[in-house]
Amino acid sequence: MSTGAQLLTAADAQRARAARYARRKRTNRIALALALAAMAFGLFWLVWILWETLRLGLGGLSVALFTEMTPPPNEVGGLSNAIYGSLTMVALATFVGTPVGIMAGIYLSEYDTRGALAQVTRFVNDILLSAPSIVIGLFVYAVVVARFRSFSGYAGSVALALIVVPVVIRTTENMLLLVPAGLREAAYALGTPKWKVILSITLRAARAGVITGVLLAVARIAGETAPLLFTALNNQFWNADLAKPMASLPVTIFKFAMSPYENWQQLAWAGVFLITMAVLALNILARVLTRHK
Amino acid sequence: MPSSTIALPERSSQPLAAPEPKITVRNLNFYYGKFHALKNINLDIARHKVTAFIGPSGCGKSTLLRTFNRMFELYPEQRAEGQILLDGENLLTSKQDVALIRAKIGMVFQKPTPFPMSIYDNIAFGVKLFESLSAPEMDERVEWALRKAALWGEVKDKLGQSGASLSGGQQQRLCIARGIAIKPEVLLLDEPCSALDPISTAKIEELIAELKSEYTVVIVTHNMQQAARCSDYTAYMYLGDLIEVGETEQLFVKPRRSETEDYITGRFG
Repeated sequence: MSTGAQLLTAADAQRARAARYARRKRTNRIALALALAAMAFGLFWLVWILWETLRLGLGGLSVALFTEMTPPPNEVGGLSNAIYGSLTMVALATFVGTPVGIMAGIYLSEYDTRGALAQVTRFVNDILLSAPSIVIGLFVYAVVVARFRSFSGYAGSVALALIVVPVVIRTTENMLLLVPAGLREAAYALGTPKWKVILSITLRAARAGVITGVLLAVARIAGETAPLLFTALNNQFWNADLAKPMASLPVTIFKFAMSPYENWQQLAWAGVFLITMAVLALNILARVLTRHK
Repeated sequence: MPSSTIALPERSSQPLAAPEPKITVRNLNFYYGKFHALKNINLDIARHKVTAFIGPSGCGKSTLLRTFNRMFELYPEQRAEGQILLDGENLLTSKQDVALIRAKIGMVFQKPTPFPMSIYDNIAFGVKLFESLSAPEMDERVEWALRKAALWGEVKDKLGQSGASLSGGQQQRLCIARGIAIKPEVLLLDEPCSALDPISTAKIEELIAELKSEYTVVIVTHNMQQAARCSDYTAYMYLGDLIEVGETEQLFVKPRRSETEDYITGRFG
């Protein structure tokens, strides 16, 4: 008798458990469907952008794109001066901004994590990180361009570097903080001086993450237009002198895409294609680097 | 000859006093901020012996170990007061660079911590800090350390591989090799086997037994069997107090204090 009652309750419990499990599975399915829908929504636009870029940009791809300069309206030409200008300014900005960013990141994570200076630096850096790039462009205009009375590639590089620095500071700090304290302790336990612990152990352990931060910063500035509009301006002629106004891909795209001339519009699309592919490549490289730690 | 042994005074009350201890701890107090973690510790660590610190979690055994190489100084809110004498010199007030002290007192941690570099460089890294060896001398030193740590046979064909590619037990032996490569006088082991499987643990315990001929070894463990197996002296700690120190056999078979007995017999409460 009593065993029968127990069996019954056991069966009841089993049934209640099954019902609960079914409900959980249902909730899971709904959540999964919503997540997939959100992903599809994002992917839809991304694929569309890539497709349009490919469709309209591929038509303009040719050797002339890399060898000829930006043409006058309705003549044949390429984007060589803009490509050169972009590469030079992005390289210079990265070259200047990366060490500053990495060193500041090291300071925040290894030397002064909780002090007043660190708190202020972190706060200011956050503001800089989210500052509209046109503000940075205008700032550099006021500080560099107005003072030297000339638009220049240098001014453009300064503006781009100001965008690189906060990104690199943030990623460097975060990546260094991820390095386990035990690894640092082990290095100190051998009698390693602090600078060497940071350089040979901590930074090395966080290497992939730090490089990724730099790559993402490069990807970001490669497509920036606003900071260059008031600094490097533009140049329709070949110019390798950073002290003079310089052409760049984003500004050229801006100018050409707004124009009524068909060949300019075609070149703008080709430029968009180039930038998109470069940024895509940088992002993929960053992903690959973080995967193989 | 037998007469001289008979003439020796009874010294069982001070088992660690002879011969001269390697490390002498006097009136040591330690604070994490305001928390008083070590309370007036007095202890001698015997030269060329293995001393084990046992006790429940949070009793201060790791804290005590970490004062010996001034590891706590990495954290500004931690401080130690009192004396820790290494061969008579107070480490806490020493004018010697802390790096030189740490070179004399090696440490191996609970979790294996291979550096992000090759197996070879993991060993060479510490050596290069204090000595400039030629390439063949360095090869020799690396092999010597790896042999000492009973790892040479397993890694001799892949010295260029990353240290992280080894198994947990091998990584821990790599860390021991790294510690002894710089030829310290004292080796501090902070629960070196707690993350390891029984076979790796046995290897490391064998290693500890061999190491004591050349080094003074201090090991923190919460495994009482391990303390009984591989140490000469054992110190039992509880809530920041040093309850009892003695020869391992005596402490486990006939503890003087009832607290110690409660702990080692599992009647802890």
